[in-house]
Amino acid sequence: MPPLVEFDNVSFAYGSRAVLKGMSLVVPKGQVVAIMGASGSGKTTVLRLMGGALRASSGTVRVFGQTLNRMRTRELYELRRDMGMLFQFGALFTDLSVFDNVAFPIRERTNLPERIVKDLVMMKLETVGLRGAAHLRPQQLSGGMARRVALARAIALDPKLIMYDEPFAGLDPISLAITGKLIRDLNDALGASSVIVTHDVQESLQIVDHVYFVSEGRIVAHGTPDEVRNSELPFVRQFVQAQTDGPVPFHYPAQRPYREELLA
Amino acid sequence: MGFLLDFVERLGAYVNHRIARLGFAARFLWVMLRTSGTSLMRLHLTIREIYFAGVLSLIIVSVSALFVGMVLALQGYDTLVRFGASEAVGTLVALSLVRELGPVMAALLFASRAGSAITAEIGLMKATEQLAAMEMMAVDPIARVVGPRFWGGVISMPLLAAIFSAIGVFGGYLIAVVQIGVDFGSFWSQMQAAVDWKSDVVNGLLKSFVFGIAVSWIAVFEGYDAMPTAEGVSRATTRTVVISAVVILMLDFILTAFMFRGN
Repeated sequence: MPPLVEFDNVSFAYGSRAVLKGMSLVVPKGQVVAIMGASGSGKTTVLRLMGGALRASSGTVRVFGQTLNRMRTRELYELRRDMGMLFQFGALFTDLSVFDNVAFPIRERTNLPERIVKDLVMMKLETVGLRGAAHLRPQQLSGGMARRVALARAIALDPKLIMYDEPFAGLDPISLAITGKLIRDLNDALGASSVIVTHDVQESLQIVDHVYFVSEGRIVAHGTPDEVRNSELPFVRQFVQAQTDGPVPFHYPAQRPYREELLA
Repeated sequence: MGFLLDFVERLGAYVNHRIARLGFAARFLWVMLRTSGTSLMRLHLTIREIYFAGVLSLIIVSVSALFVGMVLALQGYDTLVRFGASEAVGTLVALSLVRELGPVMAALLFASRAGSAITAEIGLMKATEQLAAMEMMAVDPIARVVGPRFWGGVISMPLLAAIFSAIGVFGGYLIAVVQIGVDFGSFWSQMQAAVDWKSDVVNGLLKSFVFGIAVSWIAVFEGYDAMPTAEGVSRATTRTVVISAVVILMLDFILTAFMFRGN
């Protein structure tokens, strides 16, 4: 079975700043895949390329068997009908209620009667445990609740591919465990594939099928959660065990040596 | 020499940036017009924006118009009475408002109240990834968010200008007739005789329509192009008000030169 998402030697640069340098990865159907790396390593760029928000400078990005590199906007929008994305802070529409937020993609992309829209929205909100909050405004929700509403909105039309941008960032331990469980359960219930961009190692290893580690725009290691836990690779060890010293540098590269900077 | 080269280089970069931005704004307008069918088909979105941009601007427009009309009557009477033409104060108030002050003042007030709000709203939607989320849902934010706000502004502007002129004339009546004692019949009849439907009223409305396009375009573009940060949105909001004010006055001169030359 062909993978749902495939990156083949993909490079990408913001102007002259190279972010991805020859990255290759696959997301098989039905799996939850995590992309991990330090802040600024290029993992969110991977998600943006996958959703077609950015185009690769070189290499090939394939989603659902279609190449995204030169796809027209109209074709891309067609493709996105089978995608759902959870943004880091939810990105809920602040002028709409929780109910209307979840109903938004259904109303925009289908012609279903309002009675069925209501049922669908309530089913999605029930799935994330927030049916009782349907009437609330996004401003009245906690961070964890907003993330769950955004998740209900992302799965409103039963997508084949769900992308999560830092779904665990800033959550309390209970919300974190709930979100992790939801991601796994939803993926399995929908028969979808999920890609999680995160740096939350412990939570992710409990729910994912495969992990890719990104550093400086390259995949430096990958494997199943068990392989990752037992890995002897210095990068993986540093990341999984949260060590301060290792191949991931503490200092952002400076133009001048420290001594020279102080004596100048 | 080095200073001069540096200056020329900076100037060139600045001019390049401005031209590129103007080009981007033109392309943005084209995309907005191209997707207008989608925006206008869902009329409730445009009506909602007419409410926010137009109806909610009514109080500030009405109060300002009343005072502008009253000041015009006071100043106009003071000058006209020296020539024994105090009955013509109605004409002066009406022509000043319908031709110039109605469209210009309403547009300036619209830019400061509704234009800045539109920029801030779209800018914040961008900063909080709401526009990106919409795109990921295969919904075009230009058609869904920008278009209705643009058309809401374009439709509201001539209506606000007409209301401004009408209330301004009423303000002039209060001062000239009620307060000063200019003859009621002369005030209204001279006004009716002097104000021409086509060359004054229609041209005034045409002006406000053009201002509506300009201000709404600037407001939505600045919001859409804002840096997605608190500072970026704040700067974009300021730019909307400042650029709109300059563009309104510049366009007013150009339109006046074409419309009222020799009249």
